Order: sequence, then C-alpha cells, then structure tokens
Amino acid sequence: MKQFLGWIAVCCCLCTCTTDHIDNLIIKGSDTELNLVLDLAETYMDNDLSTSISISGGGSGVGITALLNHRTQIANASRALNDEEIALAGKQGMQLVSTVFASDALAVIVHPSVGLHQISIENLGKIYAGDIKNWKELGGRDGAISLYGRQSNSGTFMYFREKVLGRDFSNDLKQLNGTAQMLESVKADENGIGFVGFGYLFGQNGALYPGIEVLALQTAPNEAAVSPLNKDAILSGLYPLTRPLYQITDGPPTGKALAFIRFELSKAGQEVVARSGYLPPISETDLVEKY
Amino acid sequence: MKRRTFWDRFYHRLFALAAGLCVLVLLGIFGMLLFNGFRFFESVSLWSFLGSSNWNPSAWGKATYGIGAMLWSTLLVSLGAMVLAVPLGIGTAAYLSEVAPGRVRDWIKPAIELLAAVPSVVVGFIGIVVIAPIISWIFGLSNGLNALNGSILLAVMALPTIISVAEEAIRSVPNTYKEGAYALGANSWTTLITVTLPACTSGLIAATMLGMGRVIGETMTVLMATGNANAMPHGFFDPVRTITATVAIEMGEVPYGTTHFYGLYALGAILFIITLIINLLAEGIAAKFRKQGR
Repeated sequence: MKQFLGWIAVCCCLCTCTTDHIDNLIIKGSDTELNLVLDLAETYMDNDLSTSISISGGGSGVGITALLNHRTQIANASRALNDEEIALAGKQGMQLVSTVFASDALAVIVHPSVGLHQISIENLGKIYAGDIKNWKELGGRDGAISLYGRQSNSGTFMYFREKVLGRDFSNDLKQLNGTAQMLESVKADENGIGFVGFGYLFGQNGALYPGIEVLALQTAPNEAAVSPLNKDAILSGLYPLTRPLYQITDGPPTGKALAFIRFELSKAGQEVVARSGYLPPISETDLVEKY
Repeated sequence: MKRRTFWDRFYHRLFALAAGLCVLVLLGIFGMLLFNGFRFFESVSLWSFLGSSNWNPSAWGKATYGIGAMLWSTLLVSLGAMVLAVPLGIGTAAYLSEVAPGRVRDWIKPAIELLAAVPSVVVGFIGIVVIAPIISWIFGLSNGLNALNGSILLAVMALPTIISVAEEAIRSVPNTYKEGAYALGANSWTTLITVTLPACTSGLIAATMLGMGRVIGETMTVLMATGNANAMPHGFFDPVRTITATVAIEMGEVPYGTTHFYGLYALGAILFIITLIINLLAEGIAAKFRKQGR
C-alpha cells in the first residue's frame, strides 16, 4: 500500500512538473494535411522543447467543428470555410482566421488496365455524377466504372465536388475512410477511379506509388492535358486541381499557435513542406493573412 | 446498531445502487435519443424520413434525410450474416454439447470465446485485406467491398453469442427425452434432429435473436468493409452503408444543434428501437424455453 501511495505521489509530481513547463497545442482536422503537419510539428518540437503538439485527423469538417466547439486550437482544413460555418462562428462571437501554409494538388488515379491516360474535367465530373458509367464511353476498356471517393466529412470530398462536379456525387460512390484506403482500393479494382492528395502519390523514398495510373487533366476538351507529376505545372498554376491548405484559428493566432504557424511559413518550415511532397502556398490564393 | 448489521446493510444498499445505476443509464440514453430525435422531426416530416431512400445531409442542393436505403442495407447485411451464422452456430453448439469428447470440447469452447474478444476494427481490417480480394476473385467482381463481405464478417462476430446460448439451450434438454429416443431404437443423429433440437427450439430462436442484436449494432466492421455507398443496394454484391456506419461517419463533422445533428439522434433512436425489440423478443422466447425446460 505504501508503495502504491508512493507511485501516486510520483505521478502527481510528474504531472505538475510537466504542466509547469510544457504548453500543449492541439491541432485537429484534415486527413490530407495530417502527415504534413505531423512532419512540421516533429521538426518544430525538436527546436522548441517547451511545446507539445498533438495532432489528429478525421477530416476538415471534423477539425472546424472541433474549433467551433472549443475542442482544438488550430483546425486543419483542405477547403475554405463555408457560409454555414462562418455564420455559426459569428453566432458564438468567434472570428475565424484562415492561414494558408502550403498547397496541395489533387491527383486523379485509375487502375492501369482502364486504359486512359488523360481526361477532361467535364468528363471527370460526368463520371463522378454517374452520367458516364462505362470506361468504353471514353475509349477505355469495357467495364462498369467503380467510383471511389471520400466521406462527406472530408475537405477533399467537398473540394472535388465544388471544382469538378458542381452537383451531387453519384449515389454509387463508395465512401472510404482515408486516402490510404483509396490508393489500395483503386490498385485492387481494375475498373476503379479515385482522387488523392499529391503528397500521397509518393512513398517514403520518393518513388511513385506502384500499381496506379495518374491521369493528366484537361481544363477544356481542346487544351493540352497537364499531369500533376509535372511539378512545374502545379507551381505555375496550370494544373487545375491545385488547392490551398488552410489552418484556421479563432481570431489571429497567438502564443504557441502563432509560433508554430510562423515556423511553418519560415524557410525551414517550407523545406519540410517540400520534403513531405507538398507545395508552397501559391500566390493566387486569396484571403491569406500573412504573419 | 451492531457493526455487523451496519456493514451488511451498507453493502446491500451499495449493490442495489450499482444495479439501479445500470437501469438509470439505460433510461438516460433512451430518453436522450428520443428527446433529440423528436427535435429532428420539427424540421423533417416523419413521412419523408421513413418514406424516402436518400440520405444526403450535406447535399449540393437541398439536403435529404431518408432512412430507406440505410435501413434496407442494415437489414440486408444482418440477414445475410444470420443465414451464414445460424446453421454454423447451431451445428457447432450441437457438436459441442452432444458429440464432442470432453478433451476436444475443452479446447474448442475457449477458442470460440476468444473469437468474441477480437476487436471489431481488426475484423474490419481482415475484411478489407483478405475477404474483399477473395470475394472479387470468386464472383468475378471488380471489388469486394459489398454487403456480402459485411455479412461474412458479422457472421463471424455473431458466432460466439449464438454458440454459447444455443449450447446452453441444448444442454438443458432433459436426459430422459434422449433416453426415451434411444430406448425406441433411434441412433444419436436421429435423436439429435428429431428429439433434442425440437425440444429446445425456443432456446435456439433466442440464440439467433441475440446474435442478430449483436450484428445490427456493429459499426466499425461494416464501416470499413462494405464500401459505404448511399445507393439503394439491389443485392449482396452492391456496396451498402448501414445506419451505424452513417452515424459514425457523420457525427464528427456535424455542428451541434443543426437538423443534421438531430437527424443522427433519430437514426440512433431507430437503431435502439430495433435492437430493443429484438432483445425483448429474445428474452421472451428464452423465458418461455426456461419454463419448458423444467
């Protein structure tokens, strides 16, 4: 018993010690940003031992909801805030501030045996809305298209719907839990099509994920197709599905959140962004507040 | 008061409190589901909730709140699981209680109980990496994320429940019944099929019901392995999205106090009512069989 009480005393001491010196920063949201922000936080914590950053995913919607419910300090979001969220924040007296710290290109992937190498945005939209149901309509193999997508709590889902469809997804869309499952599913499904963040196309060693075909995209039927594997095309804004990655805070970031976001935008931070397979903030992205 | 009586009463009350707490928690959950579920029907009519098949609260245009496709998905997956699990479960139970020698039984029974301890997320993972490729290979489909996959996994998860309840039921058949059959010259197979199993039918039904209750409420496994498409499934080879999966997927993103938020409570209430009915039926049938057994 004495020993037990001793352990409790030690634990209490440890707890108080840690709360004395270490600040916790909670970040929640986008699965697309998860790996990137993890890398950034690890590098940041190497230099700032007084901060402990905990990061979790769940989707952009999950992060923004958590921010609105005061359960996180920074929400990662791979899409802009929608009107409903801005209204809800206003009702609670919150002023949400979005900072763009990197960009991501959304790559459209198919199984190699589908037989397509490029596609127009318009046809892509028709595929995902369920108007085009067989690959042979686009000159591919004869097979019923098998649609893979993300769940509605995903910023990638919302971004894709807004930029590519402009209407609802087909009801036959298989809604997967995460990007990794999308890659695996398309690789295993000879009629599969899916979309993933550019950073997920490459493995640890920088090699392209095997067993999938990355489609080049045409903005209009007569224009040249642009592949997301061409990094210059993304950086110059030629690739159509390039999107800013946001971090959202309640009011301008302060304290540890400010220090972390400053680090992300610094040269060292952007090196991590590039190393993780993401891109720097692209100049056209509007509504960015710089810190 | 004597010290002894004081402690006696103290523990009496303490345990009564513990038992009461369970009931309170149950009532609390049910009350909360109903209260929040009812608020959903302030903005969506019961008819459009039950009568429409499309659930799309974050639609591009107008949000739709129909439970049809989900309800059918849930029932399809559960019924499929039952078709697979019930014969297998009852067969195993009959083997364990009537046929298996003691040593075999001592090995198999704990193994089956361990099966119940496998976390559902692990079962779901097996569904994605093992069952799905096998299904797509056998049936020549492009992928195996469909209702059949969910049914197979859920059948595995329901087996421990079904086997232990069914075994208990078969064991409770009085020996005199069997002895009667043997005396008439029946062999053990005929005795099992024509005497023992019919004598405990209600117990076997209770086992099925309890297994069904286990299956309908299962979330993680179906969320991972069934593809989660919103469309109304036309058979076991279509991807399905169950009620539980929908609640699990959407609860994280839903802002508090919105129609969508209350909608998820309404789904929870429907699910609770379904499992409640199944459990009550199982209890009722089991009670009947206990009386018969004596």
